[in-house]
Amino acid sequence: MTQLVLEQALNGLQFGLMLFLLAAGLTLVFGIMDCINLAHGSLYMVGAYFVAAAAQAADSFWIGLGAGIAGAALLGLLLELSLFRQLYRRDHLSQVLATFALILIANESVRVIWGPAPLMLNPPESLAGPVEIAGFFYPAYRLVIIGVGLVVAALLYLLVAKSRVGMWVRAGAANREMTEALGINVRGLFTAVFVFGAALCALAGGLLGPLLAVQVGMGESVLILAFVVIIIGGIGSIRGALVGALIVGTVDTLGRALLPTLLRATLPADAAATLGPALASILIYLLMAAILFFKPQGLFPARA
Amino acid sequence: MAFYRPARWQNAAVSVSLAMLIALPELLTALDQSYYTGFATRVLIFALAASSLNLVLGFGGMVSLGHAAFFGIGAYVAAICYDAGIHEGLLVLPLAALVAGLFALLVGAISLRTRGVYFIMITLAFAQMTYYLFISSSAWGGDDGMPIYERMQFAGFSLLADEALYYLALGVLALCMLLFARQAQARFGRTVQAIRENETRMEALGYPVFRYRLVCFALGGAVAGLAGALLANLTGMASPNLLQWTQSGTLLVMVIIGGVGYLWGGLVGAVVLLLLEEFLLAWFEHWHIALGLLLIGIVLFAPRGVAALFGKHHG
Repeated sequence: MTQLVLEQALNGLQFGLMLFLLAAGLTLVFGIMDCINLAHGSLYMVGAYFVAAAAQAADSFWIGLGAGIAGAALLGLLLELSLFRQLYRRDHLSQVLATFALILIANESVRVIWGPAPLMLNPPESLAGPVEIAGFFYPAYRLVIIGVGLVVAALLYLLVAKSRVGMWVRAGAANREMTEALGINVRGLFTAVFVFGAALCALAGGLLGPLLAVQVGMGESVLILAFVVIIIGGIGSIRGALVGALIVGTVDTLGRALLPTLLRATLPADAAATLGPALASILIYLLMAAILFFKPQGLFPARA
Repeated sequence: MAFYRPARWQNAAVSVSLAMLIALPELLTALDQSYYTGFATRVLIFALAASSLNLVLGFGGMVSLGHAAFFGIGAYVAAICYDAGIHEGLLVLPLAALVAGLFALLVGAISLRTRGVYFIMITLAFAQMTYYLFISSSAWGGDDGMPIYERMQFAGFSLLADEALYYLALGVLALCMLLFARQAQARFGRTVQAIRENETRMEALGYPVFRYRLVCFALGGAVAGLAGALLANLTGMASPNLLQWTQSGTLLVMVIIGGVGYLWGGLVGAVVLLLLEEFLLAWFEHWHIALGLLLIGIVLFAPRGVAALFGKHHG
């Protein structure tokens, strides 16, 4: 039992860190530019496809990952310059519609280019096996994901909390007009943040690719989770995104793994069998509704 | 935006369209195209669902991304009624509206405490909860949805023929549009629109803002449930796909194409979108690319939608 809990806790940490990579870009775009980007999940999907295609072509996972990230960043740049610039000043409804349209275009384009079947993406040979930690075996590749996630999260924290550019970003999230008035090139900053967010999407998509199938529609489910994360954390706050991602990742993973067992211990068998999976899959939404009920601005509001 | 006021030639246009819609099944049979009666019924039902969202979004100013929950719940109520042996539409339809409306009341009571983006997201979260609840419950068919092997009756009349269901859908849609048209001019509609324009001011004038919004939200949910029950009878099943958030997105797209806050916005949008789907799909398999580009074009160049031609807002 403890072994199961420990293993699932590690899985939850790994999932939470990947969610953080997605939520970080989303929360900044959302917080600074006040722009709802439903197509963020599509960047994740397209990023994963880029990585898978490049990895197949180069026959190396790491080269594929690098190329995929570069490709997604370039796509992000094109999107920002052509479309998102027009959207920042529009109301939320227009943003929802335009980015919903982007989802349709992205899904269909991927289907045209790579076909409807999922792409295979294999983890690097050297990481394919399990390693032993504290008495149980855990896949080496998942450990690497946790490691990369931790490093990126730390770098991101340093970048946003300690660097000058990060200060501009935080200032932009807190008060855009004032930041502009102080002579910061907010327009250029927007572009940079958007491109950076797209690159993080591709990183998460590429890293998760070998674990999940790289397929059309993979972006939608994860997009909703990323939104839950940034709502829980407070829109525009990197710290909130990290805390929210870890909460959502662990609660979701542990809930799915342990809730059915726990319910079986307390409820009649057939009631537990129907309630368990249902409760496990709505747990994070209940959590989000509860947090919004008590703290309508999320845990760490960026605009005080 | 300001208050909605119908265009001067609206009554004429509506009468002509209604006459054409009444004659449509006969016409299709005469042209040997009765396959399209089912399609026309689908359009009418989606017009109803989109109009109910337009009430919430356009008139109430609440950007809800969870409207599919009420739509889908209506469909499931119809399927559960069938399963329980209730086949009378006069019972099923009000029940679907009631359950969906009560659920909307609950969701609204919690969601309406938040504003802006948070409201969009919390309605989305509730819709997701509903979706996962239905797909993980084996009693309601899980992933496969719930079948309805035989359509309900209506006041003793059989709805087995596609034409019968078509006329029922048309009748329900006409009644609801009449209701929406009345409310747009009535005290309730004016108050809701005024709250959309300036919430603080209405609060200061002593209006119970929260309650007005909640009633508007619940009313939209109830009508969406009605549409869902009709759709389940048309397609012969309540599918969890109806609850998916992309369905909420599609309804939103219909309203925006048609015209947010214009009485006929939802209807026009549903007709335009479903016709585009039906006919673009025939010669272009990947029609979603074309649709996506069109939507972006609408956002950038025609943000007021098609139905802006059918009414105006006066200040």
